[in-house]
Amino acid sequence: MPPQRAIMRDALGIGIASGAYAISFGAISTAAGLSLLQTCALSVLMFTGASQFALVGVVGAGGSVWAGAAAAALLGSRNALYGLRLSSLLRVSGLRRIVASHFVIDETTAMAIARDDPALGRLAFWSTGLALFTLWNLGTLVGALATHALSNPKVLGLDAAPPAAFLALLAPRLRAREPLAIAIAAAVLAIAVLPFVPAGVPLLIVAVAVAVYGMVWRRG
Amino acid sequence: MIWAGVLVASAACYALKLAGLSLPQAWLGNPRLQRTVPLIPIALLAALVGTQTFSTGQHLVVDVRAAALVVAVIAVMLRAPFLLVVAAAAATAALLRFL
Repeated sequence: MPPQRAIMRDALGIGIASGAYAISFGAISTAAGLSLLQTCALSVLMFTGASQFALVGVVGAGGSVWAGAAAAALLGSRNALYGLRLSSLLRVSGLRRIVASHFVIDETTAMAIARDDPALGRLAFWSTGLALFTLWNLGTLVGALATHALSNPKVLGLDAAPPAAFLALLAPRLRAREPLAIAIAAAVLAIAVLPFVPAGVPLLIVAVAVAVYGMVWRRG
Repeated sequence: MIWAGVLVASAACYALKLAGLSLPQAWLGNPRLQRTVPLIPIALLAALVGTQTFSTGQHLVVDVRAAALVVAVIAVMLRAPFLLVVAAAAATAALLRFL
């Protein structure tokens, strides 16, 4: 198989997998109380999975939408570093940069930087981005419509779904001892401060703590 | 109010992506920043798992969601696909409430 075809096939595979994951986003968002239009707007406009889950997770747990928005933006900070890695490969400017920026996420970055040939890297970025954007939004719509039809999403256990979604997003990042220790410490800290601050604020306290740890304390 | 949060957060997330492609390498190339930013999702996602499993509003509670999380951990360790992890957790909670 020529490398171009293999890349497009992989891109489609990633798109289909995330489409399935978008179904759960659409369901969780609707169960959290966001409207169909708000749910779809998040997938079209925000288009970065963990941030979307964070915003609807905080709102669903009774937190302020602004605490959710802050958590979403903090989770999106890693995309800036992805953009940094991709800028020399993509070499986009003007309108193409405006569009390409929207596609700078975990999956497109992983697909693009895995290629030795820059032309193949660019093909991987754009094909993954297009497949993902299409199927991510389609999946969101399907999940939101299906949940919209339910009278009480709690009967399906949908209130237990967000932690599982966050766990599934977290797991691939825990392959070493330090991230595992950080994850456990973060969860304990968030639970410890939870009774004393408004909903959603524990996330911001954890974000400050990990930033201080990374920027100030850690050696090496 | 939700709309405002949705739009502002979306704009912030887009601005971060655009900044990565646009800003000079040196601005974001600081080694400490490079090491710290990947830790943020780890900490935040773990905090979300903890708080959304063990709280209702500002109260700490242990209910069927804890059992659902145990099932999700097992599913993740078995390398189940994303949708299956979420569905298994939801089904666990639904089943335990039904019993």
